[in-house]
Amino acid sequence: MKFFTRSVTSLMLAAVFSGSALAAKTDITIGMALEPPNLDPTGGAAAAIDEVVYANIFEGLTRFGADGSVNPALASEWAIEEEGKRYVFTLQSGVKYHDGADFTAEDVKFSLDRARGEDSTNAQKGLFANITDVEVIDDTTVAVNLENPDGNLLFNLAWGDAIILDSASAETAATAPVGTGPFKFSNWVQGDRIDIERNPDYWGEAVALEKATFKFISEPTAAFAALMAGDVDAFPNYPAPENLPQLEADPRFSVVLGSTEGETILSMNNKSEALSDVRVRKAIAHAIDRQAIIDGAMFGYGTPIGSHFAPHHPSYLDLTGNSPFDQDAARALLKEAGVEGDLTLSLKLPPPAYARRGGEIIAAQLREVGIDTEIENVEWAQWLEQVFKGKDFDLTIVSHTEPLDIGIYARDDYYFQYDNPNFKELIGAFNVETDPEQRDVMLKQAQTMVSEDYVNGFLFQLAKTGVANNKIEGLWANQPTQANDLTGVSWTD
Amino acid sequence: MASTTRKRFRNLVPGAFLVVLFFGAAIVSFFYTPFDVETLNIKQRMLTPNAVNWLGTDHFGRDILSMLMVGARTSLAVAFIAVGIGLLFGVPLGLMAASYRGGWIDEFIMRGNDLVFAFPALVIAIMITAVFGPGAVNAIIAIGIFNIPVFARLTRGASLSLWNREFIMAARVAGKNSARISIEHILPNITNLLIVQGTIQFSLGILAEAGLSYVGLGAQPPTPSWGRMLADSQTLTTIAPHLALFPGMVIVLTVLGLNLLGDGLRDWLDPRLRRER
Repeated sequence: MKFFTRSVTSLMLAAVFSGSALAAKTDITIGMALEPPNLDPTGGAAAAIDEVVYANIFEGLTRFGADGSVNPALASEWAIEEEGKRYVFTLQSGVKYHDGADFTAEDVKFSLDRARGEDSTNAQKGLFANITDVEVIDDTTVAVNLENPDGNLLFNLAWGDAIILDSASAETAATAPVGTGPFKFSNWVQGDRIDIERNPDYWGEAVALEKATFKFISEPTAAFAALMAGDVDAFPNYPAPENLPQLEADPRFSVVLGSTEGETILSMNNKSEALSDVRVRKAIAHAIDRQAIIDGAMFGYGTPIGSHFAPHHPSYLDLTGNSPFDQDAARALLKEAGVEGDLTLSLKLPPPAYARRGGEIIAAQLREVGIDTEIENVEWAQWLEQVFKGKDFDLTIVSHTEPLDIGIYARDDYYFQYDNPNFKELIGAFNVETDPEQRDVMLKQAQTMVSEDYVNGFLFQLAKTGVANNKIEGLWANQPTQANDLTGVSWTD
Repeated sequence: MASTTRKRFRNLVPGAFLVVLFFGAAIVSFFYTPFDVETLNIKQRMLTPNAVNWLGTDHFGRDILSMLMVGARTSLAVAFIAVGIGLLFGVPLGLMAASYRGGWIDEFIMRGNDLVFAFPALVIAIMITAVFGPGAVNAIIAIGIFNIPVFARLTRGASLSLWNREFIMAARVAGKNSARISIEHILPNITNLLIVQGTIQFSLGILAEAGLSYVGLGAQPPTPSWGRMLADSQTLTTIAPHLALFPGMVIVLTVLGLNLLGDGLRDWLDPRLRRER
C-alpha cells in the first residue's frame, strides 16, 4: 500500500514536471474589478478603458513606462523648436493598424484634431488646450504648434486619452477598437470578459503572450475565489486588501505592493452652504484620523497624504502636518464658525471598499467632533450623475487616479467647486513653464495652496495591491497611469 | 393528558423563548448595550470572542453583541411595522371582499390582490428603494405592501365559511348590517388565524429586511443591521469567520423561533385541535 501510494505520487510529480517542461504558457487571464463601458479611451473617462487598451491595443506618440517616465512610442524622436512652441515628431515607419491600414502623419493630425475639436467627448480635453494646430510635413513627420511654450506636451501626449486612431476606424473604436499596438482586439463578452490576441505584424518588439483575457469580477469575494481556483492568473488591482496576507502566504501567488496615482480624498463641495467656510473644512480635516482610515478601510495599505499629490513624485511635499488629527482644534474651529453641534452633511459613497468602509469610519470620526452625516451608498452611475455632474453632495470619497492631476483644482466648475484665481494663475503659469527647477517650485506651491485652503480632506495615496501567479513576470509593480501593460509580460516556465 | 399537553407546547415553548429573547435584547438595547455601537475602535478590530467582547469585535472594532442587540431593534421594528401595514390594510379589504362575496367589489379587491401577488416581492422592494432611495422606512413600505394581499386573502377565505353560519344569520335577522357583522362577529372568530399568519409573516419580514440590508437597500450605516453585518463580513470570512457566524446565527434563530411560535400558536388556538383536548 505504501509502495503504491509512493509510486502514484512520483508518477503524478513526473507528470507535473514533464508537463511544465514542455512549454511556458502563452496566455494569461487578468482580473479587473470594473468592466469598461466602451473601448475608446479618447471618448470616455473610465479608468477601466485604459486598463484594457492602453499600450496593448492603442498607442500614442509617446507612452508611459512602468516607472512613470515618458518614452517614445509611435514617435521615434522629436525636436523642440521656437523656444518650446513647436514640437516636430518623427514617426515610426512601416507601422500598420490591425486592419492593415498604414499609419501616417495624417492619422496623428486627425486624432489630435478630433480630441481637441469642438464636439470632442474627450475626458481630458485640457491636455490639448494649448495646441493651436497640427501640421503634416510628410508621411513620417508631423509638427505640433502651441500657443504657449509647454513643458507638459510629451507627458500629455502619453495619456490614454491621446492615443492615435485611424480616421477610417475611429468611429467604431468604442466596440471594435483598431489600433497599432502589439495586441489586437478579438472578442468582448459583455459582463464577462474581453479577449485580445497577439498582433503578428507588430512594428516593435514582439510580445511573449499569444492571448490575453481581461475578466471582470466586481465582487471581492468572487475575486478571491477566482484567484484561488486559478480562473484568473493575476489581479493587478486586487479589490479586497483584507485577503492579501492570506494570498501572500500562499506559495502560488506573489503579492506586489506598489504605488498608484490615486489620491484618495474626502471631497468637499466648496460651494455648499456650510462647507464654503474654510474653518468648517479645516475642522473636518482635523477631525479625520488618517491612520485609522488606512488601517480600518485598507487594512494598512496606503500612505497618508496632506495635499493632492502623489508621495512618490519627486516634487512631493509632506503636508500632512497642516491637518493633523486634533479633535479639540476641530471643535474650536466649528465653534468659531458658529456651526457647533448643528451641522448635518450628506456623505455619498461610491462602491469601492475605500469609500464604503472609509465613509463609515469618517462618519464616526466626524460624529466625535459634533458633525452628523447622512450616509448614502451610491452606484458609480448615480455618483457620476449626482455628485460629479449634479454637484448635489456635501461630502464624498473618491480616488483620483490620473497622474499629476493637481490641475483639476484650477478647472472651472469641477465637482468640488474650488474657485481660487491665484491657484488658476499658478497652474496657468506652470503649464507654460519649461524650466524643470521652476516647475518643481510651482508644483510645491500648488500643493501648499490646496492644502492650506483645506479644499478637500486629503486621506491617503491608494496602494497598488497586485496579486499574480508567481510564475508571471513583467507586470507593472506601480501604476503611473491607468494601464495593464502586457507588452513585457511572460510566464517563466 | 400530561403527555398531550407537553406535545402541544413542544413548538410553542422554544419558539416563545427565542422570540422573547430577541425582543428582550432589542428592548434592552434602548437602555443598555455593553458598548456604544457608533464608536469605532480600529485598533481593537476583529477580536475573537473574549471576556470583554463576548462575541468579539467586527472589522471596525465595534462590539458584535452590542451591534446585534441594536440590529435586533432595526430588524424587529421593520418586520413589526410591515406586518402592521399588512394587517391594517389587508384585513379590512378581506372582510369587505367577503361581505360582498361574488360581487364586483370582491372581484376588484381579489384581482388587485392577485396582481400584487404576481410580482416578485424582492424585485419590487429593490425597485422601491432604488426610486425613493435606500433606507429603513422604504424597506418597511416595500415589505409591508406585500403583506397586504397575504392578509386580505386569508381574511376573505376564513370569513367566507363564517358567513353561512347560523349565528351570522341571527345577527342579520337582528338587523345588523354587513360592516357591523364583519367587525363584531367575523373578526373575533378569525383573530387566531391572523395571529398565526402574522407570526409567520413576521419571520418572513425579518428575512426580507436582512436581504435588503445585505444588498445595501435597508437601513443605512451607521445604523446596525443584521443583513449588513453579514454583507460587511463577506470578504472577511476566511480570516474572521465569527463576523459572519453570529449575525447569521441570530437571523436563523429568530426566524426559527418565530416559525416555531407560529406553529405552536396554531396548535394552541386552532379550535379543531382544541376540541380534541
